Amino acid sequence: MKILVTAKRVPDPEQKVKIKDGALDLSGANFIVNPFDEYAVEAALRLTEKVEGATTRCGEVTVLGIGPKDMSQQLRSCLAMGADRALLVEGSDEGLDSEQVARVIVAVYQRERPDLLLLGKQTVDGESNQVAQLVAGYLGLPQACFACTIEASADGKSVVVGREVDGGTETKRLPLPAVVTVDLRSVLPQSVRNQQTPATHAYPEGPRYASLKGIMASKKKPLDSLDLATLGVTATPRLKLLSLEAPPQRQAGVKVESVDALIDKLRHEAKVI
Amino acid sequence: MSNVLVVAEQQHGVLRSASLNAISLGRALVAANGGGTLTALLVGHELGSAAAELARYPVDQVLTVDHPALAAYLAETHAPVVAAVAQQLAAEQVAATATSTGKDLLPRVAALLDAGMASEIAAVVGPRRFKRPMLAGNAIGLVEVLTSRVVVTGRQTEWPAAQPSAAAAPITATAVPPGPALGAEVLGLAQLPSERPELTEARVVVTGGRGMGSGENFKHLGALADVLGGALGATRAACDAGMVPNDLQVGQTGKVVAPELYLAVGVSGAIQHLAGMKSSRVIVAINKNAEAPIFQVADYGLVAKWEDTIEDLTTKLRALRSA
Ligand SMILES: Cc1cc2nc3c(=O)[nH]c(=O)nc-3n(C[C@H](O)[C@H](O)[C@H](O)COP(=O)(O)OP(=O)(O)OC[C@H]3O[C@@H](n4cnc5c(N)ncnc54)[C@H](O)[C@@H]3O)c2cc1C
Repeated sequence: MKILVTAKRVPDPEQKVKIKDGALDLSGANFIVNPFDEYAVEAALRLTEKVEGATTRCGEVTVLGIGPKDMSQQLRSCLAMGADRALLVEGSDEGLDSEQVARVIVAVYQRERPDLLLLGKQTVDGESNQVAQLVAGYLGLPQACFACTIEASADGKSVVVGREVDGGTETKRLPLPAVVTVDLRSVLPQSVRNQQTPATHAYPEGPRYASLKGIMASKKKPLDSLDLATLGVTATPRLKLLSLEAPPQRQAGVKVESVDALIDKLRHEAKVI
Repeated sequence: MSNVLVVAEQQHGVLRSASLNAISLGRALVAANGGGTLTALLVGHELGSAAAELARYPVDQVLTVDHPALAAYLAETHAPVVAAVAQQLAAEQVAATATSTGKDLLPRVAALLDAGMASEIAAVVGPRRFKRPMLAGNAIGLVEVLTSRVVVTGRQTEWPAAQPSAAAAPITATAVPPGPALGAEVLGLAQLPSERPELTEARVVVTGGRGMGSGENFKHLGALADVLGGALGATRAACDAGMVPNDLQVGQTGKVVAPELYLAVGVSGAIQHLAGMKSSRVIVAINKNAEAPIFQVADYGLVAKWEDTIEDLTTKLRALRSA
């Protein structure tokens, strides 16, 4: 199976968000791969490898990053996890809206013709949760968003996806090629099945760490740069971020000493019960 | 003036309550455009009772697109229907609540309409300008959609459920062919029936974290939730560990809730969790670690183990209820 995964870099969510003059102040920001994209890389690797004592590859994973040149660091870390090659389309972090990102992915899809387009369900900074659905709409491909499980069929022609929906889990079958976005639970030990790795195999929870060997190997893996002109992408933005402001801050309240004191506060001060 | 189309939701002929939040959002869009008509759309099969229910709310008309091939929700078949109706009505603004269906469907509709989209908006500032939370609720963005047609989803907690209006709106069935399923099919929907109110609408939410230790222990929180008429929530850690079903997850990437009272038990208060509950009116935290970050947002904090407090709290609240 040939899989194209997308990756964005985002400021580390553990660092405090700084807003200056109505814009995000990224001075001193540490960038990481958007966690959901990292999960998508993990799911793609699980789909394209055979774990039986030793691990052998049985498919190809290409990671597509859209961002500044520096983003090659984050792409290298995806290669170190085990992805086969990476593509970097240069653009600024905040300069591109979902529409432009989607058009880039459509163009790369048309060059690469993967069987599966795998994306994180959302970025943790912009939180738009649009790109995959836009891409599926533009390409006329079936989509399964918010995957907690992915199972490839034995013939490699379809996937069955467990989707986290309000109130439960929906199971949806899609013929390939298709677009899938991954949710948090996609990285649990037995979330991904590919009919190669024994179904009883349990992965460690979470995206894999790069091994030293993986890091060494990543340096020799292809990482090609592309630009919008080469891809023929001329999309204009459809959404503009005009300004950012800090939300109202919540004040810490008081500590109470006992259950009785808590009930008293809730009844007589907060008047909520 | 602008025609506004809101996409309502139903399941097995029952109107989903998130549709009422979408109507409030739709009304705000009409107001921001200096007037216009508000149409609520239901897509599916055997929609009669859901449509009648929807018509009780303040919309100018209810449109139904009823077809057996639309019975199960599929983005593939539903998105072309919504896009075609938007075109028929010359609706300049298309909106829905950011439920899992709204999030799945509306961007695909935007693609088919070549329209710009703003996700999970919290306020309508102008016909094309909206406010939306970003960065785990640590920033509020003012955004502008640059296309003439606008697609938005609204964050459910930011849009009150619409109240019924005096007169019922007319219901019209319109025939729009379903889009091709593109080979996609729904094989099943695993839902655990719950007697409790929906997490996103409950007046009280009792949330347990990893500190609860096991799924079995969540029954104590269930009992507390029941005394308060509340819903049960959980952190990612508790869901990932299989203690409770995934759809109980509250947070940036789970459900966003804003109840009158939020009780967090054995929850550390990671930023991703806070993003989903920070707008609750009153927050109570029970945690054995006095340094847990959850105490920084809690109105009332009790440094204690849940084992020593929850049953006592439940018993005393129950006594108060029956008094
Ligand atoms: C991309 C991404 C998205 C995420 N999205 C979400 C999200 O939407 N929602 C979410 O919740 N998390 C989310 N997380 C996870 C988040 O970062 C935290 O890991 C998670 O919220 C921690 O859950 P917790 O508070 O239950 O567990 P912990 O952080 O382990 O905290 C457990 C707490 O329980 C207390 N405790 C232990 N025993 C007891 C006892 N007997 N009595 C009382 N207290 C006790 C401890 O003192 C501790 O504070 C996300 C993470 C990532 C990377």
